[in-house]
Amino acid sequence: MNTFSSARLMAVIRKEMRDYRRKRSIVVTMLILPFMFLIEPVVAIFVVPASSGVSDPRNYVILPVLYLLLIPSIMPSTLAAFTVVGEREQGTLEPLLTTPISQQEFIAGKGAAVLIPTMALTYGVYGLFLLAVEVFAKSVVSSAIFGQGSLLVALILMAPLLASWSIAVGMAVSVRATEIRVAQQLGALASIPPVLLILILAVGVIHPTLAVALIFSIILLGVDVRAIRIVAKMMNRERLVTGSKPSR
Amino acid sequence: MTIERGTPVHPPSTSSIVEAGLKGEPALVVRHLTKRFGDRTAYADVSFEVAHGEVFGFLGPNGAGKTTTVRTLGTLIVPSSGTAIVAGIPLSAENGVEIRQRIAIMPENPGLYDRLSVTENLEYFAALYGFRDAHVRINDALDAVNLADRAQDLCGGLSKGLRQRVGLARTLMSDPQIMFLDEPTSGLDPVAALEVHTLINSLRAKGVTIFLTTHRLDEAEKLCDRVAILNTKLRTVGRPADLRAQLFHNTLQVRTRTPLANPGAFFATLASINEWHSNEPGTYELEVADVKSAAPDIVRGLVGEGADVISVGESAHSLEDVYLALIDDDGNGTAP
Repeated sequence: MNTFSSARLMAVIRKEMRDYRRKRSIVVTMLILPFMFLIEPVVAIFVVPASSGVSDPRNYVILPVLYLLLIPSIMPSTLAAFTVVGEREQGTLEPLLTTPISQQEFIAGKGAAVLIPTMALTYGVYGLFLLAVEVFAKSVVSSAIFGQGSLLVALILMAPLLASWSIAVGMAVSVRATEIRVAQQLGALASIPPVLLILILAVGVIHPTLAVALIFSIILLGVDVRAIRIVAKMMNRERLVTGSKPSR
Repeated sequence: MTIERGTPVHPPSTSSIVEAGLKGEPALVVRHLTKRFGDRTAYADVSFEVAHGEVFGFLGPNGAGKTTTVRTLGTLIVPSSGTAIVAGIPLSAENGVEIRQRIAIMPENPGLYDRLSVTENLEYFAALYGFRDAHVRINDALDAVNLADRAQDLCGGLSKGLRQRVGLARTLMSDPQIMFLDEPTSGLDPVAALEVHTLINSLRAKGVTIFLTTHRLDEAEKLCDRVAILNTKLRTVGRPADLRAQLFHNTLQVRTRTPLANPGAFFATLASINEWHSNEPGTYELEVADVKSAAPDIVRGLVGEGADVISVGESAHSLEDVYLALIDDDGNGTAP
């Protein structure tokens, strides 16, 4: 008898959210980071030269818009890195694992508890950015951004996929790490591949078209599924409790 | 069952447990269980049974494999070999969820979420067990450990004793068939420890099986129906009184006002004495074949020798003596 229980999944998510809310430093960090990433794109679109001097305004808005993808790439890694080693350090992991919770419920609950606030803040910041563009930006800039479907698709589709990658790597690091600080530092490395990807798109090595956005999203989806499977294998109860690979 | 120092003792059969007054099918059956971590053996060839409603003490020095055994029976660790039946279910990875539904484990560190209140901690675990009547269970558990008035306190602000009680409330809440308690009175003051003892006794009265890991031998002696002593291998299993009687059987303690001039030569003249030793001047531990027939002979001999006899009596031994005798044979009380 080993069925996935959505009630247990929700219990983990609720408890994690409650725990975040009670720790002010987590809330402040969660809120500040996305807004820091909002500054550069907003400034960038407001300093785009007047239309008379711009040959193609799309070239000026690609980089600032893609810059927003750093939010889901970087923001969840710290929280994800805390998931296992944090529980182990405060002695709560063993009592948790002695309950009927399954490994799948544990992974899904912990992952979702990081993904939900990440996506809420990411899409919230996107909304603010697009609102600022619509209301305050020059019409040539506004139409360049809203006219580029590929950019908006990239923003919407790739955000959860990039976040899932960071969460999977962060959780994998968290299983192996012996202390929180090490886990959080190593977890930050998860954002390097997404940053490189964004740079490749931004500098024009690959031109961001709708097709490119979709292809990258499919590739990312495949990478995420693989990463989550690897994390699931690592989330062995014995490994979680003892901190070392199970031996027979 | 006989006990020889340095020789592992086979566990009693179920029938002997029933004879001892503990009725019913075993709650826990462990057969030749072994766990190795690479080259290191945590415990080896461990076999015992625990009856329903029994308070079973699991004793041993640090590193003896007690916690690893509990983690194995709690499905957190996979054994290298051997079998076990926990609460009627064979121990296996596939049966993990079902076994964990029927048991509760309280580690030495109760492991509470400090930023959540007592009630919120319990609500979380109640949800993980899928209880529909969570609030009733939480209130009952808090009442049982006298914590109802601290229900809304954040766990981070509780003393060690109170945290231990929250941990106990959490294990009580799931109404388990078997409770594994790892050092439940560790760090508690005598009054708080006494409350835990009272709680354990009341759980015993309700028929809950309790697997108690402890370093406090007085606690084990007071609470446990039977104890097992583990030092990587199982050294013995039995009732504390039986272990004492079997390990220190037929021992007389003789005290004289002044030490005997040549005790070795004197005791050699008495046929009823098999062995003797003295830990302090004027006090002698005499191992005899039969206490009742040997005692008058020894007293007559001592008086004839001109000794002033202060007392002659059967030696009183505690569970601690049993423990130390068995563990010392393994080499200074440390696991290999």
